[in-house]
Amino acid sequence: MSTESESTESENTTSVSTPAGSTSSGGTTSVSTASVSTRKGNLAAWWRERSELGVGVLLFVLGALVLTDALTLDADLAGRGPVGPATVPLVVGCGLLVVAVLLSVDVLRGGRGEAEAGEDVDLTEPADWRTVLLLAGVFLAFAVLIGPVGFPVAGALLFWGAAYALGSRHFHRDPLIAAALSLLTYVVFDKLLGVPLPGGPLMGVI
Amino acid sequence: MDSLNSLIDGFGTALTPMNLLWAAVGVLLGTAIGVLPGIGPAMAVALLLPVTYGLEPTGAFIMFAGIYYGAMFGGSTTSILLNTPGESAAVVAAIEGNPMAKTGRGAQALAAAAVGHFAGGMIGTILLVVLAPTVAALAVDIGAPDYLALMVLAFIAVTSVLGSSRIRGLASLLVGLTIGLVGLDQMTGQQRLTFGSLQLADGVDVVIVAVGLFAIGEALWVAAHLRRTAGEAIPVGRPWLGGEDVKRTWKSWLRGPLIGFPFGAIPAGGAEIPTFLSYVTEKRLSKHKEQFGKGAIEGVAGPESAASASAAGTLVSMLTLGLPTTAVAAVMLAAFQQYGIQPGPLLFEREPDLVWGLIASLFVGMVLLLALNLPLAPVWAKLLRIPRPYLYAGILFFAAVGAYAVGGEALDLVILLVIGLIGLGMRRYGLPVLPAVIGVILGPAAEQQLRRALQISDGSVTGLVNTPFSITVYAVVVLLLTWPLLRKVVVRRRNVSA
Repeated sequence: MSTESESTESENTTSVSTPAGSTSSGGTTSVSTASVSTRKGNLAAWWRERSELGVGVLLFVLGALVLTDALTLDADLAGRGPVGPATVPLVVGCGLLVVAVLLSVDVLRGGRGEAEAGEDVDLTEPADWRTVLLLAGVFLAFAVLIGPVGFPVAGALLFWGAAYALGSRHFHRDPLIAAALSLLTYVVFDKLLGVPLPGGPLMGVI
Repeated sequence: MDSLNSLIDGFGTALTPMNLLWAAVGVLLGTAIGVLPGIGPAMAVALLLPVTYGLEPTGAFIMFAGIYYGAMFGGSTTSILLNTPGESAAVVAAIEGNPMAKTGRGAQALAAAAVGHFAGGMIGTILLVVLAPTVAALAVDIGAPDYLALMVLAFIAVTSVLGSSRIRGLASLLVGLTIGLVGLDQMTGQQRLTFGSLQLADGVDVVIVAVGLFAIGEALWVAAHLRRTAGEAIPVGRPWLGGEDVKRTWKSWLRGPLIGFPFGAIPAGGAEIPTFLSYVTEKRLSKHKEQFGKGAIEGVAGPESAASASAAGTLVSMLTLGLPTTAVAAVMLAAFQQYGIQPGPLLFEREPDLVWGLIASLFVGMVLLLALNLPLAPVWAKLLRIPRPYLYAGILFFAAVGAYAVGGEALDLVILLVIGLIGLGMRRYGLPVLPAVIGVILGPAAEQQLRRALQISDGSVTGLVNTPFSITVYAVVVLLLTWPLLRKVVVRRRNVSA
């Protein structure tokens, strides 16, 4: 328990190294005499520290989307029963808007969501978004490839690519493990467990 | 007596060679995945869902139960030997278990944990056998307003009891409810949030949401913050207990379930609170108070027993009321829905073979787990050395298999990735994942019950609170909403003693 709160604190402090965090609402008012460049820096730090406001914006957009969709439902069909198909979406949409505002207010008042800790999670280091992008790319490639080349090949590429993105650099061992795992999974699921997976041209040959 | 007969029938189901095989496969997979660092029981169950697609429901759930208990057994190995608990329930095991391992008593710590899980699971499952039919019989007449009240209870419980921030819990729940809205309206067939897409008209599959949030979200989050130097596991021999150890721990094993079971059955966050309460109790009652914090064996035995018993308690509310109180129960509920089975009071009447076979297989699984874990612990411990790139690449791999197996659609993989990215964002900004999953699973059902109840009452809102049962449940909801005050007291006490 204690390690969790410590590590999140330390992450917060790494992102709040500039004094901009001291202003709670205005942000730019206290730096009127400072040069434009530091003002820009302060503003960026102010936003970086409150990046959680983005969550509020996303929730607001989602709420607006749900409300728009609910209000454009065909009204003629809605007459069946006292509660039509639009009622619950309207409630959920309004709920999202309210929560978006409440969350933003909480963030501006200094509330922060605690980043989740875990066995292999090191929150003292800044986030490595390059790895995440690489993994997302590898995963999308799998989604595109599974149809044309089949599961065994696409699955092996997925495992190999993901292991590479995560920092594994065994150029002989990695592809071998990937191919074995993918082939074994294909056989177990498709042949033994009765869960169909596409074999692709390779399996057609064998 | 009736439930005893049903249980004997259940053993008849559980002990057929095929079902015994599924139970064995389940506990093996569950232990292996539970030992793997970074994978908790919820992710284990979500990742292994597709394995059961080809099976008939009874075999599938027998295997599931094995995975659930196996993952809990395996999880304590990780806490004791690595001192990096992956889930809140295993935190306490690390407090005493890891110092024990460091001073060369790892074998005793593992044995105390394994026997604790066995004792807690056994006692908890016996309580399940005794209580579940009674609860189901009491709840059997409940109608639409009562179901709605139960679901509202589940929504409020997951948002206000779990996690540190109610607003963030509520945000997560609403995101889940929104995902649940996608597709054709069940009563009028109108398209909602489908944006004209035919594939979205079928709705987003619950399995994809669960795998996306639990597995992909977690793997991406770890990838963003991967610890470059993984902790070193402490080598350990075969677990055993000396006579002195048994003398110190047998009472702890029996006390744990008394604390764990009731907390598992109510929506109070699963095993986190009871394991902690058990730890405090053991510390207070121990004759070796000076050893606590440095490796007191009672501090491993009691909490681990409480954890397993709370898992059994979770099954009571999940099977009899359809009310998931933990992440694992939520995923199991999703699995029931895959087979078109709705857990609830009628489950015991409609699917007696399935339910009693499942309960009997819990006993079978427990024996298998004890037999597997005591002699094989050193083998399982080797899994702790898996290179992290392979571990998380493997999680992505099996998550992809699971999502594709749902419907054979490449689009499902894209949806899975999008939901995984949402899961990543939720972990970054402290939005709990469980409310979203509960929202997706229970949202559509809650809407249906709401509309049904209001149809019966002809639109009058009083139709929602016209039964004693629903009034009682709403009273509990009100109690939960005032819970933060009570919780503050608990947290303060926790800080004092930890």
